[in-house]
Amino acid sequence: MARVVYREIEGGAGFAGLLAILVAFTLTGIASAWYMEHYGHIVTGMNNRIVWGMPHVFAVFLIVTASGVLNVASLGSVFGRTPYKPMARLSGLLAIAFLVGGLAVLVLDLGRPDRLIVAMTKYNLKSIFAWNIFLYIGFLVVVAAYLFVQMERRMNRFAPSVGWFAFIWRLVLTTGTGSIFGWLVARQAYDAAVMAPLFIAMSLSFGLAAFLLVTMTVYGLTGRPLGVHILNRLARLLGIFAAAVLYFTALQHLTNLYAAEHAGVERFILLEGGIYTALFWIVQVVLGGVVPIALVYIPATARTWTGIAAASALVIAGGLAQIYVIIVGGQAYPLILFPGMEVQSSYQDGVVAAYMPSLAEIGLGVGGVAFALAIAAVGMKVLRFLPDSLSDDALDPHRQPARAVNT
Amino acid sequence: MPVRAFHFLFLAALPAFALVYTALGAPPAAAQELPSSRVFVPAPPKGKGDKCIADKDFMRRNHMKILEHQRDQTVYDGVRIKRTSLKECVACHVVNGPDALPLTSESPKYFCRVCHDYAAVKVDCFECHVSRPPVAKAAGLPAGEKERDALASFLKEGRQ
Amino acid sequence: MTATRNNPFLRDKPAPDDVPERGRRDVLRALAAGVGLALAPGVTLYAFGGPAEARAPGDPVSSKVRWGLLIDVNKCADGCTRCVTACSTENGWSDTGHPLTDAQWIRKVKVTDPKTGASRSLPVMCQHCAEPPCVDVCPTGASFKRADGIVLVDKHICIGCRYCMMACPYNARSFIHESLKDQKPYAPRGKGTVESCTLCVHRIDAGRIPACVEACPAEGGGALAFGDLNDPAAEISQRIAKYASAQIRADLGTDPGVRYQNL
Repeated sequence: MARVVYREIEGGAGFAGLLAILVAFTLTGIASAWYMEHYGHIVTGMNNRIVWGMPHVFAVFLIVTASGVLNVASLGSVFGRTPYKPMARLSGLLAIAFLVGGLAVLVLDLGRPDRLIVAMTKYNLKSIFAWNIFLYIGFLVVVAAYLFVQMERRMNRFAPSVGWFAFIWRLVLTTGTGSIFGWLVARQAYDAAVMAPLFIAMSLSFGLAAFLLVTMTVYGLTGRPLGVHILNRLARLLGIFAAAVLYFTALQHLTNLYAAEHAGVERFILLEGGIYTALFWIVQVVLGGVVPIALVYIPATARTWTGIAAASALVIAGGLAQIYVIIVGGQAYPLILFPGMEVQSSYQDGVVAAYMPSLAEIGLGVGGVAFALAIAAVGMKVLRFLPDSLSDDALDPHRQPARAVNT
Repeated sequence: MPVRAFHFLFLAALPAFALVYTALGAPPAAAQELPSSRVFVPAPPKGKGDKCIADKDFMRRNHMKILEHQRDQTVYDGVRIKRTSLKECVACHVVNGPDALPLTSESPKYFCRVCHDYAAVKVDCFECHVSRPPVAKAAGLPAGEKERDALASFLKEGRQ
Repeated sequence: MTATRNNPFLRDKPAPDDVPERGRRDVLRALAAGVGLALAPGVTLYAFGGPAEARAPGDPVSSKVRWGLLIDVNKCADGCTRCVTACSTENGWSDTGHPLTDAQWIRKVKVTDPKTGASRSLPVMCQHCAEPPCVDVCPTGASFKRADGIVLVDKHICIGCRYCMMACPYNARSFIHESLKDQKPYAPRGKGTVESCTLCVHRIDAGRIPACVEACPAEGGGALAFGDLNDPAAEISQRIAKYASAQIRADLGTDPGVRYQNL
């Protein structure tokens, strides 16, 4: 392979405009957080039954995506797929950016964000949440080290071993994120070991989709060459990952359906849950699973930028819907205090909890995404993350000559 | 190139920051010794009792440690020592407003805030703890009822 | 640091003058007995000789004791909410017109068997589990179980993440969604933290019984009983030993300190 030349992205009006938009959304997010902190969570749609809402959907999405987006780097240094190696730096940068964005949302949603120092100094080591704090901070350190050994030539020889370490770390991290829900024994919708592998599959899928979208956008805007063959290879991988998500989702629900105890919550999510049922079947399964898989395998769309971009965007939309159904849908279904009995109280026992996200919550969540992208944009501008060319010939000169493609 | 520009800006900002800090925020170390100094020194209002549980100097430096120690003892061990409790501090250091009712921590004239505002240190206690003694009811009651309420509140507090 | 270590105000035992003198208390005791029912509402003679009397002031709580409640559902009348009102008055939480976001430390739950239509009404509050899931999941350790079995939130280190509310099988916790004013001095509560029934820990520390138990009307039979589950001589333990009782979601193995009879 020819020597890869990395270069900062070009400035200019396009970059400035994009950054301005991202900064504006980030500021909106900060303003939303301030508003929520000042008035209290009364200004959100969250309540005593839906205690985690829209901010958590975005935060979990960003954190899961962060670990998944690192897989492009792993493909190169762990699985030895040389054509992907030039993309490893961008993969690492995005991993850090998405994790920081997700954590920012999570922290700013706290009831007492001013006590962040408490979360950093007092740990209950029995809490999976506390473990996750270590896993997140460790992930940032490990990925930063991974970027360093890749970008500093004298350290290059350590890249494979640091890459392996980062790969294992990210698997543990996503296991931790999934277990935040998987280990909640009290709730019908959670309390399932399958949550951990499900979240790993989700991270692979959402992460690769995010990587594809960002890469296509940046290369499109900067006019650098990006081969459709390499895109197609990544997109087919995305198809496999999306199928894995569907597989684990099916496993999750089939396991629950077999247990009479969980029949109620399954009926709620799969049949009678209104918005949650619609999000599950239409957005998560069909638009976020079946359609993108078709798009990346049907020849007419599989080798086009439009097809691949649409598949990636749909996977992300499906992912947000999936996390919404897991987090909000899982809480909306009432806790079972007295199995087999009907209950009613002044505290919403026995009824499906209402939840209408407020603008502030959505603003905070979207702000987190914008913040992550702004970090990535500034990173690409000041350091050499992006190869000059990701054309198919530059990446893999020995491959079979490309067939005629529709671009 | 733009990276270097950032560095330069940052370095240039440092002396400016130091200057502003000295002018506005530096603690007036010598203010106590020099009463004629033109530096403004906060003068917290006197408490109700004869004297505080320790001398002024000690309390200025250590009141937060006493409160925190007491707080953990109370929360975790159920030990409620009246003498060092926040409730006692609040009761003794009450400052009455123009309406003769005790001020709350919302007022900048509130005992704690006089110094805390000056030092720009946020008091977190009153986010949860009530900042004035519960006297609102007793104030307007006839003498007999006032005594009854006092007795009731003593009984309510039990051995605290 | 050294300055505080030798500081007399930081000692663990109270000085003699911290504790009200016996003589003065005895006089007041007699006085209170004379005042009788004319006393302010909520103040009863339970103040004296209550179950926690054994612990000397200044002694930390002991794990020899495990406080618990026994609720006789047969004696709990449908529509009676005196325990709820008493708790709300005592601890200062109330209806602010936002039913979804207002705190509720205790609530009456109506349980109906859909097959027979038979229904029961009973209060549900923090169950003060021996193995509380809220304590396991709390990242900072703010959720904790006191040595005497009372599950509390240390609001000084609660960051408001609400993971405990996700983990609680009993829906017993509330998050404070708004700024509060004029809290009760013995029940601090503030925006952005999680709270739940404290079993009236301030009363227990003073040798008294929880407000809900006190308010449960004697003429109704007194559906609520409070006591030390570890003390075989205590009335609550004897009743539990003699008659069958149940814990809510006993299958989860959390071993609640709140038990229900005739459920």
